[in-house]
Amino acid sequence: MDNDVKEYKQHLLRAIQLFSGSVSIMEVCGTHTMAIAKSGIRGLLPPNIKLLSGPGCPVCVTSQGDIDAVIVMVQHKDIILITFGDMMRVPGTHSSLQEERSRGADIRIAYSPLDALRVARDNPDKEVVFLGIGFETTTPTIAITIEQARREGLNNFSVFSLHKVVPPALELIFSDSEIKVDGLLCPGHVSAVIGVKTFGSLARKYHKPCVVTGFETLDILEGIYMLLQQLKKEEARVENQYSRVVKPEGNPIACQSMERVFQPVPARWRGLGMIPASGLQLREEFSDMDARKRFDIPEIEEIPIKGCACGEVLAGKITPLECVLFGQACTPLNPVGPCMVSHEGSCAAYYRYIPTKGRS
Amino acid sequence: MTQERILLAHGSGGLMSQRLIDEVFKQAWRNEIMEAMLDGAILQVPAGRLAMSTDSFVITPLFFPGGDIGKLSICGTVNDLLACGATPLYLSTAFIIEEGLPLADLRVIAASMAQTAREVGVKLVTGDTKVVEKGSADGVFINTTGIGIIPADIDYRPQRIQPQDQVIVTGCVGDHGLAILARREGLAFSTPVVSDCAALIQLREIISQYGNAIRCMRDPTRGGLATVLNEIAVQAGVGIHVKEADIPVAPAVQGACDLLGMEPLYMANEGKMVIFVAAALAQSLLNDLRRLPQTQAASIIGQISAETPGMVLIETELGAQRILGILEGEHVPRIC
Repeated sequence: MDNDVKEYKQHLLRAIQLFSGSVSIMEVCGTHTMAIAKSGIRGLLPPNIKLLSGPGCPVCVTSQGDIDAVIVMVQHKDIILITFGDMMRVPGTHSSLQEERSRGADIRIAYSPLDALRVARDNPDKEVVFLGIGFETTTPTIAITIEQARREGLNNFSVFSLHKVVPPALELIFSDSEIKVDGLLCPGHVSAVIGVKTFGSLARKYHKPCVVTGFETLDILEGIYMLLQQLKKEEARVENQYSRVVKPEGNPIACQSMERVFQPVPARWRGLGMIPASGLQLREEFSDMDARKRFDIPEIEEIPIKGCACGEVLAGKITPLECVLFGQACTPLNPVGPCMVSHEGSCAAYYRYIPTKGRS
Repeated sequence: MTQERILLAHGSGGLMSQRLIDEVFKQAWRNEIMEAMLDGAILQVPAGRLAMSTDSFVITPLFFPGGDIGKLSICGTVNDLLACGATPLYLSTAFIIEEGLPLADLRVIAASMAQTAREVGVKLVTGDTKVVEKGSADGVFINTTGIGIIPADIDYRPQRIQPQDQVIVTGCVGDHGLAILARREGLAFSTPVVSDCAALIQLREIISQYGNAIRCMRDPTRGGLATVLNEIAVQAGVGIHVKEADIPVAPAVQGACDLLGMEPLYMANEGKMVIFVAAALAQSLLNDLRRLPQTQAASIIGQISAETPGMVLIETELGAQRILGILEGEHVPRIC
């Protein structure tokens, strides 16, 4: 059995290597980026098949201004901030959550938003804010948490929503003439929630094939192979390689919970700029739990980090290796930009797995 | 009948401390050096170089499939001494006990230490017990410090590693880390995973026949195989190139790790050794190791390269080469 799988992978790899046209394929999801780097697929592809990393790491695409806004909130308000661990080290313009914690801010790491509710229950005299970040995969759990807080009548709990949805960003990438992408490995986990239809419409509208793909080495090889077959036949539709997890209709219950709590708003993405209807804000009936409004946190203007090319990396315009800071001034221990911080960031994936000369 | 438990008074230094030491520790560990009951142990040691190693054990749970904190506290320090090329001789131990620990648990732990020490041929010669308030520790923390004698011709410093040397791991990796995680999180797998917790004393017999053809040894505990390889690559200033397919991982461990999103190469081991050996003798050493029950799954996993100094590269199942990095942050806490 094991040997059969091994042989099948080699067979797929050879079939991919035989493809003659010149193509750029974007893997949208950060988990794909990690899996590709870890298996070494990129290094085994011929030069005519290019794999680009997309804007699929929620920490990475969070704009500098939004990070600064969160830092302003913990500096000026007497709150307990609950966050996923990845956000701690992301550098803001002048500080990071990690630095703020060392200066005395009460910032705690949680693995589930429901942990934040527990903190809110245990600290009725304190304001507890959950830093909501993530795509369609994580947003439903935050939505459920917000509804739970409402049911319990917890009036010291709120969410600072940096949530985003993936399809508008992909639409932007497809329509940007500067970004050359011929096909997409679509995010398996996001698709498990929203289904495959949206990607089908994108494929038809921009005439680019899309394959919803899983995260094992075998899945990714199959995904690439399926994309190449479509390109060869000049087809452009959505295919579901990850059908063992992704149902065509997605997960309607998760989608409904998101829709009950959140509404789409324009959002700024690092590297891609303002994208209409790509952010999620708490709906009017939950606006008392919207930390941005509750604590009156202003929009903060984006100050780009000098020399940092995370924006170009996220848009698939360059690979991390082309950034002058990569591996020198910017490493996982001393990250300059978010793509080096998040464990799903493209730069972290390249740094962690791809042998390059001259790294410090 | 109420269960007897450790009280703060057991750490007072008075009568109750005395009784605890007499009834639990001295009884289990009986030897003439300890029984002298001096403020310290007076040891007769052969001439030569001494190796000394210390380790503290804070594992939770105290009892796990394949061992307990007592056995672990002996094996851990003994293996460290073995990795230095030493024959372990004497151990000291210090207990920090949380008020309320069932006395029966402490007896089992002391007996387990005694048995492991006997099997290995080391003596527990001096010790200390402290009791802290409930909540200030978690059951019991144990420190052991050991000394051993290094034969005159043996030198296992990483700097002796040469290009072309082969890298051997003495068995499947990741068992201990996963066994602890599974027990702690209440995960049940169809094939139970058991810790590899063991003192690798039998290894010494084999190793000693190879003299300085053995360049260096390390036991891959916290941070696992990947972390040890990285440490050695930096210390020796060499590149280490390994093959994923040649690294032995038990199918149950691989399956469970896949499920949990963890990597066996970063999971702790408590009964394995990584051996760097001259290429000419690698196969012979491997054959010898495979004859021992403890090391029958030993495998040559890679070799030393003069290129890419300080870096560990792994050939993936697809045949691509990538970096095998050092453990960053996320791991399973309190596994030893």
